[in-house]
Amino acid sequence: MTKIKIALLIKQVIDTRISEGWAPGADGTVDRNALPAIINPEDLHALEQTLRLKEQLGGNAEIVAISMGPQRAAEALRECIWRGADDAVLISDRKVAGADTLATSYALALAIKKVGASLIFAGRQTIDGDTAHVGPQVAQALGIPQITYAEEVALEGDSLVVKRRLDDGFEVVKSPLKALITVGSSAAKCRFCNAKRMLRSRKAEIKTWSAADLDGDLSRFGLAGSPTQVLYSEPIVTESKGGVVLTSSIEDIATLVAELRSNHTIE
Amino acid sequence: MGNFYKDNIRLKRQFTHPLMHEIVALREKNYTESEQFDYAPTDFEDAVECYDSTMALLGEICADVIATNAPYVDRQGPSCANGRVTYADGTQENHRTLTEASLYGMSLPRRFDGLNFPTVAAIMAAEMVARADAGFENIWSLQDCAETINEFGDEELKAEMLPRIARGETCSMDLTEPDAGSDLQSAMLRAWWDDETQTWRLTGVKRFITNGDAHIKLILARSEEGTTDARGLSLFVYHKDWGGVTVRRIERKLGIKGSPTCELVFDNAPAKLVGSRRMGLIKYVMSLMNGARLGIGAQAVGISEAALQAAHQYALERKQFGRPIIELTAVAEMLSVMQAKVDASRALLYETARFVDLAKGYTEKAKNEGLEGDERQRNKWAQRNADMLTPILKLLASEYSNQVTYDAIQVFGGSGVVEDFPVARLYRDARVTTIYEGTSQLQVVAAVKYISNGELPASIRERIASISEPELAERFTHLADELEHAVNYCTERGNDLFTLHQRRLVEMGGHIVMSQLLYAERGVDERAEQSFRHYLAMTEAWSAERKRFIEIFSPEQIGLK
Repeated sequence: MTKIKIALLIKQVIDTRISEGWAPGADGTVDRNALPAIINPEDLHALEQTLRLKEQLGGNAEIVAISMGPQRAAEALRECIWRGADDAVLISDRKVAGADTLATSYALALAIKKVGASLIFAGRQTIDGDTAHVGPQVAQALGIPQITYAEEVALEGDSLVVKRRLDDGFEVVKSPLKALITVGSSAAKCRFCNAKRMLRSRKAEIKTWSAADLDGDLSRFGLAGSPTQVLYSEPIVTESKGGVVLTSSIEDIATLVAELRSNHTIE
Repeated sequence: MGNFYKDNIRLKRQFTHPLMHEIVALREKNYTESEQFDYAPTDFEDAVECYDSTMALLGEICADVIATNAPYVDRQGPSCANGRVTYADGTQENHRTLTEASLYGMSLPRRFDGLNFPTVAAIMAAEMVARADAGFENIWSLQDCAETINEFGDEELKAEMLPRIARGETCSMDLTEPDAGSDLQSAMLRAWWDDETQTWRLTGVKRFITNGDAHIKLILARSEEGTTDARGLSLFVYHKDWGGVTVRRIERKLGIKGSPTCELVFDNAPAKLVGSRRMGLIKYVMSLMNGARLGIGAQAVGISEAALQAAHQYALERKQFGRPIIELTAVAEMLSVMQAKVDASRALLYETARFVDLAKGYTEKAKNEGLEGDERQRNKWAQRNADMLTPILKLLASEYSNQVTYDAIQVFGGSGVVEDFPVARLYRDARVTTIYEGTSQLQVVAAVKYISNGELPASIRERIASISEPELAERFTHLADELEHAVNYCTERGNDLFTLHQRRLVEMGGHIVMSQLLYAERGVDERAEQSFRHYLAMTEAWSAERKRFIEIFSPEQIGLK
């Protein structure tokens, strides 16, 4: 049996789950240095599914993590290797910067072809963009089936049986081993790094590909290839009678969090 | 999302202590192992990065898995049926997670699948695991049995047992018996040579055995028929697969409920001898115990840290009289005392671990290539300090963990005694730390000789020489004078008075040492400065009180004899 190549799409994001000590700027953007950089949480759920699939295949698979982003994103890819991925590729080039989800998907699809992966896993959506576009758009670009909201992925003969978590229950679907699967946070948590793997590949060089390496249409990369344009964004302040008006300042956020904690809404 | 390593800057700092260069170079045999093992460091900075990232991984698991499971493990506890123990669900998950992350065998040599980390790192790991769940830390820390096998076992035994420990097989040290607790030399479990199968066999009962259903056991047994003292005892290894040991029952306990405390029946169980006959208690168990005492020091610091953080957080959030209770002086002082005791314990913990590392490093080097120049002296110096500081650490850190958790409950008020908050569990967990691996009273016996032979007072004087501020030097000199006065006072008046007050003398010395270690750290941040000032002031008050008590209280005045 030939080795199945599985591509795992990941994104390094800032940890916006941290609720205190920061606030978006006046233009709605976030200071990337104010918060730690992490692997997008649902991408880790996807990584766990690839590792389990590899175990089901008796180790007969190669998991290649792929990301597009600044050089720093190599850290996130290295962490994927520490957690069990076999290899990693970073697409990093000023020509791909400023990409919207369409241009991102275009670049990722080219990288997947170049890697030679037939099965692709990704997180359902990122905690920064929250669009859930990239996975489906990559499937579209590659012309393969997509299965979203995956919770469990099992191998059955030459097919995958995927349990999808939906709002009002779940659905089980079958697919060929050539598909793109996005995994949600209801799926199993990702295993931790393995200390020996981590020490062994602590300085692992992460392969970096430029736009030119991807051999695509240069006008479809980055800002140039992005039809989406953000005109402006605005923090929404909801007001109600008898309530307290809170703005998106650090102090007001702290007040809100303290209030929610004291009434045990959050821990 | 938490991380018990990254949220505590006092840990990482240990890796940049000036002595670490020497410790790591010894441990890594001048970084020659990187040619053989791709995960071995190539230089000091690389080694520190390895420790740093591994501790961060463990810190994440401690916060997200072990600490999360702790209250449930405390409630469920292990169970015993048909002679076997089943861990609580959370304990099983903790163990599985750490095994899958290759975190067991951290201080084992690489040739036995370990990470070859120094004691300082292993102790840090123990501290973090204990902060997450003190009961589970017992199971985790018992992997130190590997150290004893590594140090005294033959090559065959090492090759058979050590890689199993790195793969997550658990250990136990089976010393205590119904009639041999603190007095281990009266252990009676019988070891006899079975000619037929050409193997040692063990027969008898052990009691209070932590993690007694472990895969790999170290057992103290009487191999010399007709003897009744320490010289008739040898140390044996037993593996669960060999059969013959069953768990009769597990104890219901006050705290550390996640770790099963077992009564064991040895029914002619096959076993292998470790090292030489008759050296079991005299040499091997003493070494094993010293390591274990350092481990309890780490456990005590971990529990104290957990209690301090919980109490601090609560005092910031809990409002009474219209303001957070931390603004009340009575509460703030309690927290400050707790912080000073935690920091003092931790300072002594890592100081002791560094001496243990140096002594181990030079002893290993002596075995392999021999020592040159002043290395022999340095080895002796390190060993002496390790032996001197280990019982003082065990004594004071364990007593402090009881005091700190007691105060933590006080900060929480009524909420402290309900089990919805972690401090009630921490208080229960802390209690045994002054008892197992040698009671506080036994630690005093081990430490007091360094008081009476003048070594501890001399090392205190030595440290005073490096204090540059005249005011502080004077205060420390006064403390050293008081200690010497108290020692002389007792010595001149005979054995009984000395025995009565030996704990006070050891404590006086220990407090000064801790103050001096906090002095050395005080520049790093505001908290370090606060802890130093507060602890030194308390040391002065405690010293004066002890000195006075020694002068006015004699053995005849003891009641209830």
